[in-house]
Amino acid sequence: MKKTILALAVTSVLAACSSTPPASTSAPAAEKTAAPAAVAPAAPASEPVKQALYPAKGVGGALGQRGIYYDFDKYAVKDQYKPVVDAHGDFLVSHSAAKVTLQGNCDERGSREYNLGLGQRRADSVRKVLAAKGVKDSQMETVSYGKEKPRNPGHNEAAWAENRRTDIVYQGE
Amino acid sequence: MKNNLIRFVTLLMFFAAFSSRADITLEIVTQGTHQIPIVILPFANESMGDKALTPIVGADLTRSGLFSVLDATDVKPAPADVEDVRWDDWRNRHADYLVVGNVQELPNRLMEARFRLVDVNTQMARLNVAFQGTHEQYRMVAHHIADAIFENLTGDKGMFSTRIAFITKNGNRRSLKVADSDGFNEQTMLTANEPIISPRWSPDGKRMAYVTFELKRPMVVVQTLATGARKIVASFKGSNSAPAWTPDGKELAVVLTKDGHSQIYMINADGTGPVRRLLTSSGIDTEPVFSADGQMLYFTSDRDGGPQIYRVSATNSGEVPQRLTYGSTYAVSPRLSPDGKLMTYVQRSEGQFHVMLQDLTNGQTQVMTDTSLDESPTFAPNGKYILYSTEVQERGILAIVSTDGRVRQKLTTQTGDVYEPVWGPIQ
Repeated sequence: MKKTILALAVTSVLAACSSTPPASTSAPAAEKTAAPAAVAPAAPASEPVKQALYPAKGVGGALGQRGIYYDFDKYAVKDQYKPVVDAHGDFLVSHSAAKVTLQGNCDERGSREYNLGLGQRRADSVRKVLAAKGVKDSQMETVSYGKEKPRNPGHNEAAWAENRRTDIVYQGE
Repeated sequence: MKNNLIRFVTLLMFFAAFSSRADITLEIVTQGTHQIPIVILPFANESMGDKALTPIVGADLTRSGLFSVLDATDVKPAPADVEDVRWDDWRNRHADYLVVGNVQELPNRLMEARFRLVDVNTQMARLNVAFQGTHEQYRMVAHHIADAIFENLTGDKGMFSTRIAFITKNGNRRSLKVADSDGFNEQTMLTANEPIISPRWSPDGKRMAYVTFELKRPMVVVQTLATGARKIVASFKGSNSAPAWTPDGKELAVVLTKDGHSQIYMINADGTGPVRRLLTSSGIDTEPVFSADGQMLYFTSDRDGGPQIYRVSATNSGEVPQRLTYGSTYAVSPRLSPDGKLMTYVQRSEGQFHVMLQDLTNGQTQVMTDTSLDESPTFAPNGKYILYSTEVQERGILAIVSTDGRVRQKLTTQTGDVYEPVWGPIQ
């Protein structure tokens, strides 16, 4: 069995100031100070378990970010978030056992069904960028929650900006 | 009217639970300017505990905004038939019409409410009708009486005996509910900790199609109201949503992402058989809805940039869909009046989302609301009212506006949000 412990120099990937989410809901402070290392849940040594892989969250670099944010009624990945998607693309290419679900979300305004379609497009747009980086189809799933699962329950532009988002969620994370 | 028309109200009570508690509360905001003055005399023998019929009839007619219901509580004893009515009293109080009736007990806990609708000036009966129902159905009996009066005096079908469906949300807990059109007799069809959206009555009112995320991604389910039985009818790879019944109730248009982005397909309503793609575009196509005759399909699409509403032949002969909405960068959620002449939808202008009404015969549109986060408008089955959801003081509520814009009502829940209303058919 191959034991996989990853030590990525995440902080060196990017300073990535421009890809800060529009609202501060990132990981708790304790998580932010955690070692910038990817983790793999330890499996019992005797079992040849397929291990889920994911980079550490909230470490400051592009790979530590999980959210891609959008303008109203838009789904293209904005330039400022391309480093984030690229970093995850590199990770997924170099860790073919890692899998992600791309979860598209929208703000509360407008039609629920149209937003469901828009959230799907947001997730698909991230998927396309990842695919162009060489990530295998089998490593990616998409789902849209439309406007049904807002992270920020507020009814203002700050909440809406935070909710127009694709989350990159690693399996096992 | 000379003959005694007897209509039997046979009501299918779905699910075991029965309650006349109103979890949503209805409030009249504005009324019509020309109201028909009518007096509804208490029916002889109508009181069985607190189950009197005529207060419900009066509340229905008042709620429509088209009637001014005169107070008759001081009339004692209530006249059981027209011979006992003191006509001068009501002429002096400027009543144009008068309703007089009585209730009889029948075997097997049935009751029969018989009434006449009389023109006060001529003393000629315009209506002489009896409705039967069980004691438990007294509210529905009253709604049918109100429907008969409404139709006789306005020429439009009444919608008081119809039901509405909607979603409530408290925290993560979502419930799909059905209630009488006045908010009473609320019944829960489904409760889940995942999103439920897009409930759609089957044309016969016996089944409900909706979208549930219970299995972590959207799937289309059809549920039978009488039994509660559910069946997943669309669970293709990706997203399954936006069900729309064909008028014969045999098929559903649905939006699937199995081949990529959101596109419109046809499936059998029982989930069997093949799936057929109806349209192909490079954009999001969603929110399909059929015209009442089934000939045309209306839908939302962002094929030209932002979302707009389009119409195409439902037989899909390959024609290019016709765009119907202009003047805004965002127009969604089309629904048609039963006669196919009016379309309601939601438009974004200057950052506000309003319910709109378009006259499809001449393309004229009007803004129907002054709220800013309107959603999912749906016509009453008589085409005279639009029920929609909106947000007031950061809470999701339901509201009703008449198609002439004069009558407005609000329906609110005690806690949480209520949204995705849909008005059921006349049964």
